Amino acid sequence: MAVSADADFKTRLQNWIPKLVLSPSIAMMTVFVYGFILFSVYLSFTDSRILPTFGWVGWENYDKLWRLSHWETSLINMGIFASLYIVICTCIGLGLAIFLDQKIRGEGLLRPIYLYPMALSFIVTGTAWKWFLDPGIGLENVMQTWGWESFEFDWIKDRNFAIYTVVLAAVWQTSGFVMAMFLAGLRGIDNEILRAAQMDGASNWNLYRRIIIPQLRPAFLSAFVILSHLAIKTFDLVIALTGGGPGRATELPATFMYSYTFTRNQMGIGAASATIMLMTIAAIMIPYLYAELREKR
Amino acid sequence: MSQATQDTAIRTGRVTRTLIYLVLLLFGLFYLLPLYVMLVNSVKPLEEITGGGMMNLPQVFTIEPWLKAWSSAQIGVDPTGLKPYFWNSIKMVVPAVIVSTILGALNGYVLTKWRFKYDTILFGLMLFACFIPFQIVLIPMARMLGIIGLAGTTWGLALVHVVYGIGFTTLYFRNYYAVFPTELIRAAQIDGAGFFQIFWRILLPSSGPIAVVSIIWQFTNIWNDFLFGASFADANSQPMTVALNNLVQSSTGVKEYNVHFAGAILAAMPTLLVYIVAGRYFVRGLMAGSVKG
Repeated sequence: MAVSADADFKTRLQNWIPKLVLSPSIAMMTVFVYGFILFSVYLSFTDSRILPTFGWVGWENYDKLWRLSHWETSLINMGIFASLYIVICTCIGLGLAIFLDQKIRGEGLLRPIYLYPMALSFIVTGTAWKWFLDPGIGLENVMQTWGWESFEFDWIKDRNFAIYTVVLAAVWQTSGFVMAMFLAGLRGIDNEILRAAQMDGASNWNLYRRIIIPQLRPAFLSAFVILSHLAIKTFDLVIALTGGGPGRATELPATFMYSYTFTRNQMGIGAASATIMLMTIAAIMIPYLYAELREKR
Repeated sequence: MSQATQDTAIRTGRVTRTLIYLVLLLFGLFYLLPLYVMLVNSVKPLEEITGGGMMNLPQVFTIEPWLKAWSSAQIGVDPTGLKPYFWNSIKMVVPAVIVSTILGALNGYVLTKWRFKYDTILFGLMLFACFIPFQIVLIPMARMLGIIGLAGTTWGLALVHVVYGIGFTTLYFRNYYAVFPTELIRAAQIDGAGFFQIFWRILLPSSGPIAVVSIIWQFTNIWNDFLFGASFADANSQPMTVALNNLVQSSTGVKEYNVHFAGAILAAMPTLLVYIVAGRYFVRGLMAGSVKG
């Protein structure tokens, strides 16, 4: 009797162990991710200022938020930044991948050079570009000392152009990664189809346009999802490169949220802006993850 | 990403090839440019930089900026250099990487070899957690760290990085174990091996490559993090990235560009070294986070 009861306990334990092992992660996720999301969303409907308080104010924070010119500026900047960043990264990434795929000597050397910026912190990237683009000591100064007296490049100090320097630094950091995604896609394409098309006299241009690029659709989708998610989360780079300035010229939603929550003591509005950021990312990520995980089954 | 160079069927002429090489080289220079600027200017006296010689090799070679960035530059209130912050980063990164990788391995094992109802949904929820804009958790997290007494400590930061890192580590191990033959597991079970025995004896010995991917990914990500460090650390627990930003943004006194560049390289060094030594694994981690399979 005792033996069988013991064995019974053991099998039951064996059945429970997997769930037990998973439980710390599930608990952390429930509290720190989804619990916190609910808490922040709730705060966005309260009168919280320096600290979280729980006086319900309905949609007031959202009303205020959408009337703030500061928020409008950061959304416009996000629009400019995200679209240029995504388009330029995709073009450079695809171009470099296609070029690298032509049996290039030294590919093994070039590929890591294109990709190493991904291993750096955005703060390092921001610092390097901040001084390189600084008109006082950087590119402008160098060109002038080299004899091109009239050369001017002060975008980083110019309200109308500073956002493009953020694009430049961000493209520098991630376009190599996009290249790697496209290159992986290119390497997966079946050469037989290409040979058949070549027999029919198709030019290289047509091969790419009609056969290869259409087959890269999954890589385009991944690149778009990853880049847009990176764009919305862009924070460190702006802090290090321009600090959101000059003025508010390079404020993005992430820096807006940070300053309203932690330095302007408008936690309710900060939480509302964070909620909007989350919704935007969710709208992109959830369908993507859903599709990716479904395929697997 | 397959590392083997697969031959494409595309044929190109001589002129086209020359142009392709030219473009590829130009982009190589573009990617190397900031690194070059940081390196050469970190070993120059300040006058050489302000005198318009940013692109030139140093006329006078000095390691003074490096020494200053490391041990005596003014960061915050004290002239401590980046040294203490470097150690803060280490104290935050090491436990966070170890714990998140172990949890990821166990989660991946359960989610592929001990499947249960709704496990895919659970995994999806874990994965989504990696992609949320972390602004949404900053406020409650700051409060929570205060409540559990970890506010302003490197342990608190390590905890935060474990929490928001397990999604990725679980993803790596799950995808890796998914193709591991389940028959081996079943056979071991019939022989009476338990949950941990199977993990320890059968799965773990062949998990080397994916463990390296997970460790490198976590190391790079956590080392490079700025948002959590800036939000939750106090002056004594700030990681390297936050200290570097404070160094560069400080408005008092002369801007010592050479010290800034040396500091930036110091902050980049650990992840850069890992990339040089094991870049292949880093790229693999990067790709697994985007295009699966």
